[in-house]
Amino acid sequence: MLDTRDILETIQMIRQENLDIRTITMGISLWDCVSDDADRLCQKIYDKITRSAEHLVETGCAIEKKYGVPIVNKRVSVTPISLIAGGVSADGCLKVAHTLQRAADTVGVNFIGGFSALVHKGMTQSDRNLISVIPEALAETELVCSSVNVATTKAGINMDAIRLMGSTIKRCAALTADRNSIGCAKLVVFANVPEDNPFMAGAFHGVGEPETVINVGVSGPGVVSSAIERAGDCDLSALAELIKKTAFKITRVGQLVATEAAQRLNVPFGIVDLSLAPTPAVGDSVAQILENMGLECCGAHGTTACLAMLNDAVKKGGVMASGHVGGLSGAFIPVSEDAGMIAAVDKGVLSIEKLEAMTAVCSVGLDMIAVPGDTSEDVICGIIADEISIGVANTKTTAVRLIPAVGKTVGDSVDFGGLLGHAPILPLRTESPARFIRRGGRIPAPIHSLKN
Amino acid sequence: MKAVITVTGKDSVGIIAKVATACAEHGANIVDISQSVLKEYFAMIMLADIDGLNVDFSVFVDDLAALGQKNSLDIHTMHEDIFHAMHHV
Repeated sequence: MLDTRDILETIQMIRQENLDIRTITMGISLWDCVSDDADRLCQKIYDKITRSAEHLVETGCAIEKKYGVPIVNKRVSVTPISLIAGGVSADGCLKVAHTLQRAADTVGVNFIGGFSALVHKGMTQSDRNLISVIPEALAETELVCSSVNVATTKAGINMDAIRLMGSTIKRCAALTADRNSIGCAKLVVFANVPEDNPFMAGAFHGVGEPETVINVGVSGPGVVSSAIERAGDCDLSALAELIKKTAFKITRVGQLVATEAAQRLNVPFGIVDLSLAPTPAVGDSVAQILENMGLECCGAHGTTACLAMLNDAVKKGGVMASGHVGGLSGAFIPVSEDAGMIAAVDKGVLSIEKLEAMTAVCSVGLDMIAVPGDTSEDVICGIIADEISIGVANTKTTAVRLIPAVGKTVGDSVDFGGLLGHAPILPLRTESPARFIRRGGRIPAPIHSLKN
Repeated sequence: MKAVITVTGKDSVGIIAKVATACAEHGANIVDISQSVLKEYFAMIMLADIDGLNVDFSVFVDDLAALGQKNSLDIHTMHEDIFHAMHHV
């Protein structure tokens, strides 16, 4: 039987605390599109995506209406393009990027991910071709997202790939200099990348995935934040319990939506991603959760402990609510997309070093961080190498999405609009790691006994 | 299957009648109503059986929302499954 209090609680979560489903992402395999003729490859890709995702957006809208819960994004992820574009040149890869944009426009999705390469152990010619045109692809398209996996715990870290990504990020920034270097906001460098992630910009359809699949990403920082605020001065055991219960409720909505979307589209249900994904909206902030837990400001000493507890409790509550959990699953800390993070950076409390420490205990990494436009490639590579090492050593996903905003320096900020938000430029150390980075080669995989 | 209809806004004559009429016109059978008026504010939760709905559920949702707008009320209609999913293990 329905209880009035339960009904009112759900309605309050949705209307006042920004509870939403962040994304329904349809993963589509492009293996059957392989061709050594670029035009034929593009035609097959366009046909496959527009056929598979034809009803995705309308289905998302119908479910949104049925349950009264906003489904903010409908997205598509595809097989990493470097794997299916082995028969074509770099120009062919760029054509594929334009095809993805065209297909995304036709089906009406918000983003399409999978202009990606997996190079954790080494690079094929196809990977090199794809990476060489990432800057052009992201500058010339609007909805295409790109990711490159440069390390895994089992393979170690491909430092040659990191070096290449340093220059790729700089070129992305330069090619979109007139738009606050927004190209960089659509490019993620990963360690231990998940193959079923529904969130952008890192989503792609992994090689072990079925023909098509539905993955759902939930959200709800505002709901957790309000629950903690209402709980007052309870101890941390009680707080952990409260976060678990709240995460359970949020995730159940995700599971309900995922199951229904899969059924309506006649596509297998993949996973629910249990992430707390903030938005720039007031109150929808992970930083605010940490502050409600008792920090004066996000970035203060104690932040890593708060975040570790939050992340763990969210997962514990979420796993019971969903049949299959996957993707990134954890609290996101993208600076530009979180009003509380932005405020903490503006106050000078939240530094890149603290953000790096925070990424050791949550997903996903140094995310949406704007840095001075004159930052050298070597320093960018150093930041990537540090962050990727945290993922590799801790057997977890980490990622870097840095925006070296051309023409901007500390004290300035960049505004991307919409969900991407705006970001103050974070100061960096400028001492050079060049000699280390330029050694190249691979950092061997870490040992997993003798743990300390 | 049932829908939960919530109506909030300033109290006035005939709110229940208007919502009930709209339900009847769309083939929704009201099975439970709980309402309260605090000072001049009106809040109602209505449970309606939607098995006999004569339009698509999303049309029903939109029509009730439009009715709300016309009468300066907030009317939200949601399928009951979301409440069961969130609050029942």
